[in-house]
Amino acid sequence: MSRIVSITLQNNDDARPIIEAIEKDNPDATVNLYPAMVKIDCDGRLIVKQETVEGLLGREWDVQELHLSIVSIAGNVDEEDDYFELSWNI
Amino acid sequence: MAEKRKKKLGIKQRYSMLTRGLGWDTTYQPMDKVFPYDNYEGIIIHDWEGWEDPFRLTMDAYWKFQSEKEKKLYAVIDSFAQNNGHLGITDARYVNAIKLFLTGVSPLEYQAARGFTHVGRQFRGVGPRVACQMQAIDELRHVQTQIHSMSHYNKFFDGLHSAPHMHDRVWYLSVPKSFFDDARTAGPFEFLTSISFAFEYVLTNLLFVPFMSGAAFNGDMATVTFGFSAQSDEARHMTLGLEVIKFMLEQDERNIPIVQRWMDKWFWRGTRMLTLVGMMMDYMLPKRVMSWREAWDIYFTEAGGALFADLARYGIKPPKYADIATKEAEHISHQAWNIFYNYTHAAAFHTWIPEKEELDWLSEKYPDTFDKYYRPRLEYLDKEEKAGRRFYNDILPMLCQVCQIPMGFTDMDDPTTISFHSSEYQGNKYHTCSHGCKDIFDYEPEKYVQAWLPVHQIYQGNCGGAEVPDVLKWYNFNLGADNMEYQGSPDQKLWDEWQAHRKKA
Ligand SMILES: [Fe+2]
Ligand SMILES: [Fe+2]
Ligand SMILES: [Zn+2]
Repeated sequence: MSRIVSITLQNNDDARPIIEAIEKDNPDATVNLYPAMVKIDCDGRLIVKQETVEGLLGREWDVQELHLSIVSIAGNVDEEDDYFELSWNI
Repeated sequence: MAEKRKKKLGIKQRYSMLTRGLGWDTTYQPMDKVFPYDNYEGIIIHDWEGWEDPFRLTMDAYWKFQSEKEKKLYAVIDSFAQNNGHLGITDARYVNAIKLFLTGVSPLEYQAARGFTHVGRQFRGVGPRVACQMQAIDELRHVQTQIHSMSHYNKFFDGLHSAPHMHDRVWYLSVPKSFFDDARTAGPFEFLTSISFAFEYVLTNLLFVPFMSGAAFNGDMATVTFGFSAQSDEARHMTLGLEVIKFMLEQDERNIPIVQRWMDKWFWRGTRMLTLVGMMMDYMLPKRVMSWREAWDIYFTEAGGALFADLARYGIKPPKYADIATKEAEHISHQAWNIFYNYTHAAAFHTWIPEKEELDWLSEKYPDTFDKYYRPRLEYLDKEEKAGRRFYNDILPMLCQVCQIPMGFTDMDDPTTISFHSSEYQGNKYHTCSHGCKDIFDYEPEKYVQAWLPVHQIYQGNCGGAEVPDVLKWYNFNLGADNMEYQGSPDQKLWDEWQAHRKKA
């Protein structure tokens, strides 16, 4: 049975460091490109870490800035001050 | 960034100040009287504190991010209008997808705003109440920004001038309208199951993602931008849908069969409504992103599969008839386009026979069905048209009592036989298009016998007159401009002139 969690982000300047951070922190993730957007799939669990995004951006980054770039998600959400995580409990 | 300024409270604490901190139990009136609707559906809640807020957006953050989204969006809308963005689209046929969106989908955003305003008052738990109230504001923003963005096309193209009026009257728009009417007249938990879970969580990706990506692919910057702006709120809405399901299932096991029945019902209602999207993806986008079939595989079979595997621990099964819906993904876009081709004289958008390369694309994407069943019909209709006999069907179709779609879908195992079902209720016979719609009717016949079925209403004389042109005037159509075949339409004429100018320049 598939247990893919997924996040779709706009393919723009705000989202690019987030996409890069996700690739870094989730080595098993698959990045699918579509016109104007990027869909990232990962088996079971996927995390966006504030620290990694800040490192790439070179400034403070509020995890909730994710709200500006997000297009869609699949998975249970856990949103904290320093990370955003999607998972299935299988 | 070691010495980062620490906020006094963590995100969870801040959010709980907003929700739990602002809630109270009433004293001079009993809670059951203040919140009369949240228990009559049979859903048993022992502890409203068991509600978990997956997104913890406080009001100050909400206003900050929403205003940022609006600023970005309006900058693009302005620049699209100032730079004649409509000239950059792939082909004027594309605008017909926008017409369908503005008349069929944007009014649903308004219906959603009304629905969430209502249930945002009716839950005694503060968590869901706050989430619904924020969503109501989001949905109002969606309808407003969509009307603003698409109003630019109304300056040049036909069929975009009376969206709310049309939504309330036109036969095919009763499909999405009745979906939301059905949801809004249910209780608050069923409303959230229908809209937040079945529609927004399970199916909305099939609507927005291919649509917005398709708009981008076809050069429609305005639509991409409003679409993504709306969709950025959608992640929150989707999570509300998943949370309400888990909440109901965790509170009491007697909730499980009720939730399962709602899932079955709203999954089926949703897939029926999305037929319109399938048709748009396969037929109305001059440059295509993916086929309806492919979108179904990614967003229902794969994403829905993971979701229902996750819910299996509560005893929840995948929606009834999901297997039929998956079979339908091979057929329904073609069957729906055929219905609209038949009745395009009574629609506020144009239809056409796809060009040769487009037919080839469909053959490639639907190797098992397109050449066998659908391509020969389209080629026949094309020949007829070229011989000056463009076919229009003058007989009003029978509609399904539940989904309100003309009864044109076939049995999926026998794609040349129309699927008919019927039920008796209080001495009358009611027709449905499928097992899914029949089950829905049979469970609540007293609700669905009240359906405002456009064809019945026309025959009863409630829609402007006895002749088709009378009805179309009552719809507010500009006859000969909004309706009929694309070839020879004013839209096409204008577009061809623009293209000729461009060549000269
Ligand atoms: Fe919306
Ligand atoms: Fe929504
Ligand atoms: Zn039906």
